[in-house]
Amino acid sequence: MEILAACVIAVLVACGVYLVLRARTFTVVLGLSLLSYAVNLFLFFSGRLTTGAPPLAASPATTADPLPQALVLTAIVIGFGMTAFVVILALRARGELGNDHVDGREDKP
Amino acid sequence: MSHWIILPLLLPLAAGMLNLLLTRTGTNAQRMVSFVMACVLLAIAALLLSRVAAGHIDVYELGDWPAPFGIVLVLDRLSALMLALTALLALPILAHACLGDDRRGRDFHVFFPLQLLGINGAFLTGDLFNLFVFFEILLIVSYCLALHGHGPDRTRNALRYVVLNLIGSSLFLIALGVVYGICGTLNMADLGLKIASLSQDQVPLLQAASLLLLTVFGLKAAILPLFLWLPGLYAAVLPSVAALFAIMTKVGVYAILRVQSLIFTVHGPVDHGAALLLPLALITLGAASLCVLGSTGLRQLLAWLVVVSVGTLLAGIGLWSPDGISASLYYLPHTTLVTAGLFLLADHIANQRGAAEDQFKPGPPMSRPDLLGTLFLLGAMAAAGLPPLSGFVGKVLLLHAAGPAHAVSIWTVVLGGSLLGIVALGRCGSTLFWKTDGVPLSGATVSWVRVAPAAGLILAAVALAAMADPVTAYTKAAAEQLLARHEYIEAVLGGGNP
Amino acid sequence: MNVLILVLVPLLGSVLPPFAMRRGRDACAWSAIIVTACAIALAIRPIMLAFRGTPASMRLPWLDGIGLDPAMRMDGLAALFTFLILGIGLLVIIYARYYLSPKDPMGRLYGLLLVFMSAMLGVVLSDNLILMLIFWELTSLSSFLLIGYWQHRADARQGARMALIVTGAGGLALLAGFLLLGAMAGTHRISEILPQGDLIRAHPLYAPALILILIGAFTKSAQFPFHFWLPRAMAAPTPISAYLHSATMVKAGVFLLARLYPVLAGTDLWFFAVGGVGLATLLMGAYAAIFQHDLKGLLAYSTISHLGLIVLLFGLDTPLAAVAGVFHIINHATFKASLFMAAGIIDHETGTRDMRSLNGLWKYMPHTATLAMVASAAMAGVPLLNGFLSKEMFFAETLHADLLGSARLVLPAAATLAGIFAVAYSTRFIHDVFFNGEPRGLPKYPPHEPPRFMKVPVEILAGLCLLVGVLPSLTVGPLLRLAATSVVGEALPHYSLAIWHGFNAPLVMSLVALGGGIALYATRHRLFALHDRLPFRADAAGMFHAVEDGLVRFARLVSRNLDNGSLQRSAALLLGAAVLAMLGPLAGASVKGPLPSTPLDPLTLLGAVLLMGAGLLTVLWHEHRLSAVISLSVVGLLVALAFTRFSAPDLALTQLSVEVVTIMLLLLALFFLPERHARLTRPRARTGDLLLAVGAGGGCGLLVWGMLTRPLSSISSFFMEHSLPGGGGVNMVNVILVDFRGFDTLGEITVLAVAAVGIFALLDNLRLPVSALNPEGRPWADEPHPLILSQVTRFLLPLALMVSAYLFLRGHNAPGGGFIAGLVAAVALILQYMANGIAWTQRQWRPPFHPLIAAGVLIAAATGAGSLLLNHPFLTSTFGHASLPVVGEFELASAMIFDLGVFLTVVGVIMLILANLGTLTRRENAPREKR
Repeated sequence: MEILAACVIAVLVACGVYLVLRARTFTVVLGLSLLSYAVNLFLFFSGRLTTGAPPLAASPATTADPLPQALVLTAIVIGFGMTAFVVILALRARGELGNDHVDGREDKP
Repeated sequence: MSHWIILPLLLPLAAGMLNLLLTRTGTNAQRMVSFVMACVLLAIAALLLSRVAAGHIDVYELGDWPAPFGIVLVLDRLSALMLALTALLALPILAHACLGDDRRGRDFHVFFPLQLLGINGAFLTGDLFNLFVFFEILLIVSYCLALHGHGPDRTRNALRYVVLNLIGSSLFLIALGVVYGICGTLNMADLGLKIASLSQDQVPLLQAASLLLLTVFGLKAAILPLFLWLPGLYAAVLPSVAALFAIMTKVGVYAILRVQSLIFTVHGPVDHGAALLLPLALITLGAASLCVLGSTGLRQLLAWLVVVSVGTLLAGIGLWSPDGISASLYYLPHTTLVTAGLFLLADHIANQRGAAEDQFKPGPPMSRPDLLGTLFLLGAMAAAGLPPLSGFVGKVLLLHAAGPAHAVSIWTVVLGGSLLGIVALGRCGSTLFWKTDGVPLSGATVSWVRVAPAAGLILAAVALAAMADPVTAYTKAAAEQLLARHEYIEAVLGGGNP
Repeated sequence: MNVLILVLVPLLGSVLPPFAMRRGRDACAWSAIIVTACAIALAIRPIMLAFRGTPASMRLPWLDGIGLDPAMRMDGLAALFTFLILGIGLLVIIYARYYLSPKDPMGRLYGLLLVFMSAMLGVVLSDNLILMLIFWELTSLSSFLLIGYWQHRADARQGARMALIVTGAGGLALLAGFLLLGAMAGTHRISEILPQGDLIRAHPLYAPALILILIGAFTKSAQFPFHFWLPRAMAAPTPISAYLHSATMVKAGVFLLARLYPVLAGTDLWFFAVGGVGLATLLMGAYAAIFQHDLKGLLAYSTISHLGLIVLLFGLDTPLAAVAGVFHIINHATFKASLFMAAGIIDHETGTRDMRSLNGLWKYMPHTATLAMVASAAMAGVPLLNGFLSKEMFFAETLHADLLGSARLVLPAAATLAGIFAVAYSTRFIHDVFFNGEPRGLPKYPPHEPPRFMKVPVEILAGLCLLVGVLPSLTVGPLLRLAATSVVGEALPHYSLAIWHGFNAPLVMSLVALGGGIALYATRHRLFALHDRLPFRADAAGMFHAVEDGLVRFARLVSRNLDNGSLQRSAALLLGAAVLAMLGPLAGASVKGPLPSTPLDPLTLLGAVLLMGAGLLTVLWHEHRLSAVISLSVVGLLVALAFTRFSAPDLALTQLSVEVVTIMLLLLALFFLPERHARLTRPRARTGDLLLAVGAGGGCGLLVWGMLTRPLSSISSFFMEHSLPGGGGVNMVNVILVDFRGFDTLGEITVLAVAAVGIFALLDNLRLPVSALNPEGRPWADEPHPLILSQVTRFLLPLALMVSAYLFLRGHNAPGGGFIAGLVAAVALILQYMANGIAWTQRQWRPPFHPLIAAGVLIAAATGAGSLLLNHPFLTSTFGHASLPVVGEFELASAMIFDLGVFLTVVGVIMLILANLGTLTRRENAPREKR
């Protein structure tokens, strides 16, 4: 299972990075969201893979590590704020620079 | 139990939100709020400085949960120094912003206090994830401030800045994941302990984490090759914002210093970061000095000077000796205040030169060359490290700390950098103030009052030089406190304050 | 203490002239004169003490840590220089009053002059290397400002910059040298270093230190090959040239040699470095001086040559030579200053300095002519004038320089040659200017004598030349003895200041020089022709400019290429650094840890495969945006499933609700961004990106694998124990969020709030081109607000709100909580907008979102601050229990109110963002007025 988790992270990060390096703002946004999914999973896994034991204090048995979950929750929320901001910034750039190239200028390759 | 420590965070938060409530009421009310906040902040910072001057470390356990389980705020000499610097910087910049920058867009007075919140939080927190949260706060606010006033140039540079920092945040989280996944804790003092007793097979992962953190902080501090976002951005944003951003890179420097000295110890098992710092710093310093000479406008030149200062700071820190760190801690307030002052001054100069703005080409003579010229001369002297101002003192402290042992590397780069700086500033000054044509513009007015904020910041160079003795005494003590990390760890894990 | 005040008086006095200027030029001049007079009065006593052999000294405690305790000391050498600086300074100030034209800003000149005076005094009085360097740099700076005094002239600006750069560079080298010297001696106190000569000369760092210090001295004293800045500095007003660039500042270099003579001299390196440079400068300067047509140019090169002579004397490294060097410092100061002033008078009265048009001025200004002739005769070394005496000593010394061995005759020969040149240019100065036919095309004609007091300083100085020349031992004797003593030490060698030493070799050399010089001048026309035909001109200044410009061009290139404004490059660099950071340490290390791997179940495998597939699809389709967004949302859903799979229901809920909003946002954005999509990156760049992507992915994967296969002992057990008793909640995640780590949450909602406000600011009067038709050319929707949907949502709204309330209340014990509840509520409200259109919704309900957000954050913060009143730390929570129907038993923790703040903030934020983004579409149809 561990190796599978590693593969998932690897693939998501790779996809995200590749998209982030594209030249169109929207694609970059896609990449960033992929990246943040991957990173959230990463942080989540730092509490190890626990099955069927949600972190409720009532339950007698040892449960999943609650701390990483709390961290991930915070990370998700912050990530949402950031994504929203960058999306609108992309719109602003489109409006002010007249194109959606990440450098704000259409340079031919 | 003293609650003073929380105020540098609560106050700006409250002020910012209050100003958010006052959006419809109008700018004047907001200005009042911001001013009161800035003044009180300054007073509190001074008080905190006096609290820790004797060497006592203040620990504040939020929610009354003992470390390492809850989040702690820690105030030692270093953080107190940084808080004081921030407060000292904020007031004049706010004053300058109220000359008109704050009306160039929406909600300046919402963002300004929150920017301080983010910065102060980063300086105070003793918890790695909480550090991430405060980084995010200061970043999102800095995005908004960078875009304040809009304009294509700002948008273009801000877009790059935002995307880079979003990537940086992802890297930060990955590093956090590894750190927690191995050490099972987030409290920095606790991490320091855990890492001291690390089993051999865990070291590589933590090395990777430490280097990732160095990358992230390096991005904030703008070290080579991660500084590309800075010059364009700082030259594009509003002057008062650029001046405020002078402290932002220092937050990165602070984070490097804190995390390396406390968590990944200098000569401990996880030492890659500490070892890499000096070479990186020297490369940054060299490249940036060259770019200073290559700039075509005053604001761009100042932006590159910011990078130069980062290189200088990290060179001192990279020595990992009390003298080296102390030299950097003396240089830090100097460079922050002076650069900020010069950014504000550049605003006045640009206004005086009409179409020529701050570009290095002949423009109309200024209406008050004596005033602006004297201030510029002082600022340039301080920035270039010419005696007798603080820049020179800091540079001598650094060279002295490096000693003949590093003469070839550090002395050469630092002195070569200063030479380039002298050449650049000499050219810049003689072009802006001497190579004039036409008659002074009628519209742009300069008066002592309007220039006062810039002047105050620049004259800090004189004050710092005059007070070099007490200041260096403090910074030396702070440096020793940093390197004796057990004090910090005991203060935090020893159950906080009696 | 007296000494310090002496330095401070001119510095503080420098503010007077600019103010006095308001009361007229005379007041301005008088203020400067008075300040200088005060300084002189203050100087008398220390100088007396120096004569008595008990030097006055003072010391302030400042930065002892790096050995920078400002110490000052008035010993013999310092006394001599103080004498020169103040004396000539006073004369120059008087002279300048008449030299400056009414339109020149006199206040600035006098102010800077006084600043320089103070800095120069500081240099000679410092008893601490670093302190001396501080003043040293200040002289460079004030010289820069004074050369650029006539800022409108390009040559002035360039000359000023050149001087600053050359001397500034020298200053930096000097700093390094001083630090090395200090490291060797273990102190920066000069008086403590001087006795340690032997130790230092034997030290391995001696050579580098000496070289660095010499660079500093030579740049300042315009020694070959750094001499070129001095002639360019002649763009300064003549009084400045007389003061800084002949009498005092350029002497700082030789002063330094004299000052450190006891420590550094006495080695072959010293002899060859100092002597060699001095000799080269002596000859080069003297030769070049002959061919200058500009009066000041001639004087500048002659100054260079005389400085070379002094340097050579110190280089000869015999006590007598050192004495001669000190003596010549005095003499050169007197006659050169007066010559500059004379040149200034001529310039002032005729309007030109070109010796080709200046001729036969004898008729018009005999008085000035006489003075100039006396002075230049002294410069040539004519008997009965002071220049003769020191030159005699110089000749004598060149005769016994033993280190050269077989080539020992080179020195005397070269010295004589230099003497010939000197006589030649001195003769030219006299003959070309005052005789040699009639003046040609003077700007001002006819010239006449200058105002009385413009001549007085020249008279005084020329008189001194004569006086010293005739009665040396009575006049300059004591001062010279005093100064020389502090250079070569107590055991002063025997020397006589008599005019007649009998018919000896030096005298012969002098006579040869005189005769040869006059002969050389006689053949000047052929000489000039020859000189003009010289194939190459050694123009160091030209080279300097070439180098400077080249450097600047290079720097421009570097900075432009470093920062080409490309996001892609910066991102690539950042990610590259990250990849190195991750893979570097892992390389060679065993990534897999000790733990055995847990078994894999098919369902998880399927999910993982789908997840990866969706991710890859997003990349594949990233040019067909709609499909990309859809596959992205699939990734989001699967991530949520993964959270549930590994027992994190809260995360799953959060992820889902955030997902919904994010996708809405992306779709809205999609509507505004252009659809067409040219491929922008070259294939090569794309492969590079691929490599980065694989590297980053691999790195993270390895980290995860290594992490998961290692045991973890975390602090979480604590939360287990305290969550219920201490936090009053069963759902640990929620308790952590609102209690254990509530501070993070406070920060988190602050981020959200700022993001929303920032977005609102971004949307502020933003205009986006939107077409009413989709790319296929059909309208986006036949029916903007479908009836059923609108009806259903209106009915759904209360239901959704109840669900959100439910989630909120149970949050502390079961999955849920303020954040999720807030999202649900917000989504329900947004649905109204989507289904019924903004117009309708805002008619029904137009809440102020900004205050809502502020209120949310403030509530959360206030809850935390409440505990301060009870003197508990920020965010300390208390709780009691309550029960409601349906919801059942739940506890009313203070954390609950905190959570309420979260809830309000989230609702406000989402609404603010989406509602306003929605209005963008309308804004096109009905553009709002600018704010």
